[in-house]
Amino acid sequence: MGEVMAADKARKETIGAVRRTFAPWKDPTQTPLIRFENVVKRFGDFTAVNNVSLDIYEREFFALLGPSGCGKTTLMRMLAGFEEPTSGRLTLAGEDLAGVPPYRRPVNMMFQSYALFPHMNVADNIAFGLKQDKMPKADIDARVTEMLELVKLEQFAKRKPHQLSGGQRQRVALARSLAKRPKVLLLDEPLGALDKKLREETQFELMDLQMSLGMTFLIVTHDQEEAMTVADRIAVMNHGVLVQVAPPAEIYEQPATRYIADFIGEVNLIESTVTACEGETTRLTSEVTPSPLTVAHPCEAGPGGKACIAIRPEKLRISLDPPPEGTENVFAGEIWDIGYLGDLSIYHVELACGQRLKVSQPNLSRRVARPISWEDKVWVTFDPDAGVLLTR
Amino acid sequence: MRKGLTWFNVTSIVLGFAFLYIPIILLVIYSFNASRLVTVWAGFSTQWYWSLLENEQLIDAAWVTLRIAFFSSLAATVLGTMAALALTRYGRFGGRTLFSGMIYAPLVMPEVITGLSLLLLFVAVNFDRGFWTVLLAHITFTMCFVAVVVQSRLVTFDRTLEEAALDLGCPPFQTFFKITLPLILPAVVSGFMLAFTLSLDDLVIASFTTGPGATTLPMRIYSQVRLGVTPEINAVCTILIAIVTVVVIIASIVTKRAESQREAEERAALQ
Repeated sequence: MGEVMAADKARKETIGAVRRTFAPWKDPTQTPLIRFENVVKRFGDFTAVNNVSLDIYEREFFALLGPSGCGKTTLMRMLAGFEEPTSGRLTLAGEDLAGVPPYRRPVNMMFQSYALFPHMNVADNIAFGLKQDKMPKADIDARVTEMLELVKLEQFAKRKPHQLSGGQRQRVALARSLAKRPKVLLLDEPLGALDKKLREETQFELMDLQMSLGMTFLIVTHDQEEAMTVADRIAVMNHGVLVQVAPPAEIYEQPATRYIADFIGEVNLIESTVTACEGETTRLTSEVTPSPLTVAHPCEAGPGGKACIAIRPEKLRISLDPPPEGTENVFAGEIWDIGYLGDLSIYHVELACGQRLKVSQPNLSRRVARPISWEDKVWVTFDPDAGVLLTR
Repeated sequence: MRKGLTWFNVTSIVLGFAFLYIPIILLVIYSFNASRLVTVWAGFSTQWYWSLLENEQLIDAAWVTLRIAFFSSLAATVLGTMAALALTRYGRFGGRTLFSGMIYAPLVMPEVITGLSLLLLFVAVNFDRGFWTVLLAHITFTMCFVAVVVQSRLVTFDRTLEEAALDLGCPPFQTFFKITLPLILPAVVSGFMLAFTLSLDDLVIASFTTGPGATTLPMRIYSQVRLGVTPEINAVCTILIAIVTVVVIIASIVTKRAESQREAEERAALQ
């Protein structure tokens, strides 16, 4: 027991150390494992992927995130070899992938529908790729056993796919795509068919697996929570274009555009006019409130320019008492609606101009009767470093 | 269920089945007739089945028919499956509509026309008519039936299974034999059986395209009947009916099984 715990602790420390310092995209001496260079993919008149350039590094857990039809799956299928780019270059470990058929690429894919072969049992499904490589039988058996242990399905080796539950099938699909030890594992909406609890568990398992195997994972998903949870970096796509590529915290806290701010999580957008730029601090006014506004974020637009303050609901404070005279960043309004989620309450505050702000507050006390109720007059405030200025 | 059994329904079922099966039942009964006269019942006997064994002409014809049916349906299955693959897989090639229309045309084409046009072709290229010309003609007209059966299965085939095989390092040709074919096999088998029975039954096309030494069983029966129906012919026909019935039943069981298994799998996959 003590040994197990010590081993666990050691593992946790090494993983923690790697996680803390892992940022190859910031290191100019690193060469990327996967390079998309000005990749374009057209289907007839429709441009699915429009001039995408993207570097993905070894051992990275990279997520492609976007609404359906944004081109993320096409981008992944080009890497797997199911689609050829209309123009542009795609390299893997320095090797140009143009004209290399899918069965000669050192990448494997886990399909959204799992695509398990229904006429083969679990062990044969996992062994399929290894047999193609003409691996000796003893080695295949050893690898299959290893993979079954990895996904905890040892006792299901002889079952057919239709005799398994959805979660078990998902594990078989994962084991099959990992069996050949690919340079890159592609995951196409891998957890889409699982229920919420199982999905969350599996997300953490995927992260651990990726760390311990030291492989590069590329996941395609439309679920932002999933992308935020598992990925080292996220590329947000829209209409075939990369909108922002950054680690999850940066995407959430410093979105590059209104689209990102709105797509990832909830956000309040306050249209404002810049009055003064003082280095890192920007002063603004808005028609929404008479109070002067200050945001600790440099602004591209000079004085007189238009900018939009983006503030997340949890970074707004709500109070029944008016703040002291002369406080900045104040909005006065009335409670229009309340959503009680248990851990959080979401307040919709209607301002005098009609715009509604979303404010979320953790419910720290056990009282059932909430102090703030419908049609209460409230004051909403925020700190200068809670907001981000967006001009695009 | 009871609601469906009105007197009207019962009458129409009885009439319909009587219309379809009384002639056949009569034929089967008279094949066990002891009398030489076809229409006079003189007691039960299997003597005509035994005398069949000594009728060399009929045995020869049966042997020719079986060989033609087997080899033509084999070839038709290969060609029909390939046509079905081409039609479902390669979405937008030039003349796709024309091609798919052309593959179905023989389904509705009068057999006389198919037979006549094949005859003209064989005469034009100076092909000696006989076993091989009948075989070719049967491949031609049964292939489209196979294509239809296989195509209906391929339409619901999940192509990501093939992509998964490619992704795991299996080249396309092997993928077909390791993944696609095992999964569409029930449809291919029932296509084969359909082609087999169609070839076994055919009289019109065979009579147009045959030559000396290649008389099929339906042709032999037809020519003998013109000289008067013998109980022997009834016996042959009864055997033929039995073979066709068995083949058709097996084919439909195979497809049904595969279908319900697939449905069960799909249901399981949705859970």
